[in-house]
Amino acid sequence: MKLREKLDQLKKPFAKGSKWERFAPAVNAFDTFLFVPNHTTHKGAHIRDAVDLKRTMVTVIIALVPALLYGIYNTGYQYFIQTGEAFTFIDAFLHGAMKILPMIAVSYGVGLAIEFAFAVYRGHEVNEGYLVTGLLIPMIMPVDIPLWMVGLSVAFAVLIAKEAFGGTGMNILNPALTARAFAFFAYPTYMSGNKVWVSEATNVDGVSGETILGSLASGAEVNYSMFEMFSGAIPGSIAETSTLWVLVGAAILIFTGVGSWRIMLGSVLGAAGMGFLFNLWGANALMDFSWMNHLIVGGFAFGVVFMATDPVSAAQTQKGKWIYGILVGVLCILIRVFNPAYPEGVMLAILLMNVFAPTIDYYIIEGNINKRKKRSLKTANIQTA
Amino acid sequence: MSIDIKIRKGLQLNLKGAAANIIKQAPQTNNYALKPTDFHGVFPKLLLKKGQKVKAGQPLFFSKYQDKIKFVSPVSGTLKEVQRGAKRKILNLFIEADSKQVSVKHKLPKLESITAEQVRELLLESGNWPYIKQRPYDVIADPDRSPKAIFISAYATAPLAADLDIVLDGQQEAFQLGIDMLAKLAPKVHLSIPSKGDSILSSIKNCEIHRVNGPHPAGNVGVQIHHIDPVNAGETVWTVGAEDVANIGRFFLNGTFDASRTIAVSGSPVAQPSYYKTTIGASISSILKDAEVDQNMPTRVINGNVLNGDSVAHDGHLGYYNNDLSILPEGNRYRMFGWLPFVGSSIHSMSNTSLSWLFPKRVYAPDTNMNGEERALVVTGEMERVFPMDIYPMQLLKACMSQDIEKMENLGIYEVAPEDFALIDYSSSSKLEAQAIVREALDLMIKEVG
Repeated sequence: MKLREKLDQLKKPFAKGSKWERFAPAVNAFDTFLFVPNHTTHKGAHIRDAVDLKRTMVTVIIALVPALLYGIYNTGYQYFIQTGEAFTFIDAFLHGAMKILPMIAVSYGVGLAIEFAFAVYRGHEVNEGYLVTGLLIPMIMPVDIPLWMVGLSVAFAVLIAKEAFGGTGMNILNPALTARAFAFFAYPTYMSGNKVWVSEATNVDGVSGETILGSLASGAEVNYSMFEMFSGAIPGSIAETSTLWVLVGAAILIFTGVGSWRIMLGSVLGAAGMGFLFNLWGANALMDFSWMNHLIVGGFAFGVVFMATDPVSAAQTQKGKWIYGILVGVLCILIRVFNPAYPEGVMLAILLMNVFAPTIDYYIIEGNINKRKKRSLKTANIQTA
Repeated sequence: MSIDIKIRKGLQLNLKGAAANIIKQAPQTNNYALKPTDFHGVFPKLLLKKGQKVKAGQPLFFSKYQDKIKFVSPVSGTLKEVQRGAKRKILNLFIEADSKQVSVKHKLPKLESITAEQVRELLLESGNWPYIKQRPYDVIADPDRSPKAIFISAYATAPLAADLDIVLDGQQEAFQLGIDMLAKLAPKVHLSIPSKGDSILSSIKNCEIHRVNGPHPAGNVGVQIHHIDPVNAGETVWTVGAEDVANIGRFFLNGTFDASRTIAVSGSPVAQPSYYKTTIGASISSILKDAEVDQNMPTRVINGNVLNGDSVAHDGHLGYYNNDLSILPEGNRYRMFGWLPFVGSSIHSMSNTSLSWLFPKRVYAPDTNMNGEERALVVTGEMERVFPMDIYPMQLLKACMSQDIEKMENLGIYEVAPEDFALIDYSSSSKLEAQAIVREALDLMIKEVG
């Protein structure tokens, strides 16, 4: 194993007791990507399952790839269709890639730099969670957002939403959504309106595109077919538009057991139910918008599949996952219909439920505790009787 | 009367090198050792000095904080050496056995009219008491407490675990007598046997028999207690290993301490995995040789099963409680890109990120590699899959880590032992050391609550 020997040679100055010991986590992060380390069990079970956090996180990334690739293509497609230029599939894809790859590079660059710094500072290994967050953040941004805003949002999310709470596994809010919420409230002109969803819309005259939910909120006509909404050939944040490819990702997550099907199904049921109720009410265009269309426009599918299922910020008990999921769906439609200032409800719905998730779990666990206390009292009564 | 218990959550792991149904006599050895570390929480006070003669059944040491509990020598011979570790902690009491065995003989009263007090005194005096453990805390039973029940599991479900029907074959009479004597100490004795097949213990009397079915940890006595009569705050139950019941029975038959042990020697590096009749504390090197353990690769020998046993040196000695001697290849190796999903499905995984779930009957030969590094707790729901109790394992573990005693009590710490968390160790994607966390928490509870 030539490569292995070279690596061991390179790692010598970072070994325990050596000069650069402190920086070992940074070096290990790269090494463990090449090789699963040779660590053996010392306490507890002598054998271990093949799964680890790296494998789990990489599975999520694989699930994100179909939506990302479609998002890259759709960015170019929306641009060319608006300008009216003739284009091929490759042209559209290249146009999108030129826009999106730099965003991903900035997101990973800034985020991982902070993660590495905290790992070295706190003396623990680098957690793989950011690999997912770092890809999610550009995928839920409008395409024309300046790169420095991406960087700033990432820094805010990682520092305030994650590290301030104690790092991976401790955060209350989903970091990727926090980044988007930060950008949304800090730079609203870059995050909403009808000039941001199509590439170059602000620079090229005649190019504009409103999201479907935006059009509905402003009372405009919606000219897209249900198939276009489902396949994703509509303006929107980079990777959120295609319900089809998000569903492929959902299939991967459910098949591998990495994403909670309870949360996904709960959200769909909650949103469908709420949308159906509004359809019955039907007081305005938003309420009249079919409950089925609610499930396939905007970021609903993407948010529910990839963000609501984040195990750290979601409810952690099985029953809790159902309640959490259903409420995400209900709140998402509520916000969409009642608050035209935020046409996209799913981001705020998930963030709000992130905050409530510990409360849901608290009551479910309290039920278990009370059951145990009652059982204890019952036997005590039998003994005294 | 028999009641059925069906366990659904858990994992039945098929490993290579299961012991064949052959019982051999272990090769003769005169090299024995008693390890005070086998008795968690016991501070040994030595009664003998190096070089002194000792009879089988003669106390070697007693527990500093519970001086009624005596620990006796399994054989007669000479106390050759007291091996100490850091802070002069006693690790091993080496005994060189004599060729002629002499035992301490206890006078037994008539068994038909024996009282609970007499049974208790005899067990304490003769060194049989350490066979009895208690819940809560998973330590040797406190003789001053009276338990609400005694639980015995004669169903072993851990990977490669010895089949207790094979171990106890021919010992039924002693087992019955052991049950009869233990029944004096508690209002109820519960015996769990496998529901599949016709267990040789199905006709044992004087106890309530439960037929248990399901994957590991269905055979763990803690899981059975939880489903039969859970431990509430302030209550105590006792547990006794299946073969130890027979050993207690033989004591009441002969009046001498019985340290018999039947072990299954198993694991992928073992060419002739089979059962051996031997004695507690016997040197294992001759057994390993007889079972033809592969000498050409680094291996780990474990006193107990691969999920919760203690590793022991190749020239070490048999533990006090275990019926298993498991041997695993060491996993000191690198795997290039081994973290990729669906790569290396020769390593078992409960997660569907490996293809191993497609072959539920497949037999695996795992090594001791961690298959990853410890990380923060991220994934939820995976612990519940292998924890068949009405307890929230992750929340309990977090309470243990933050040493929140009230929360631990509320979440059910009194009902669990480290071994119940062994599969969580195994399956955790964050490589959490759950058993160690629970053991530490239980020790804290002993100190703070008692």
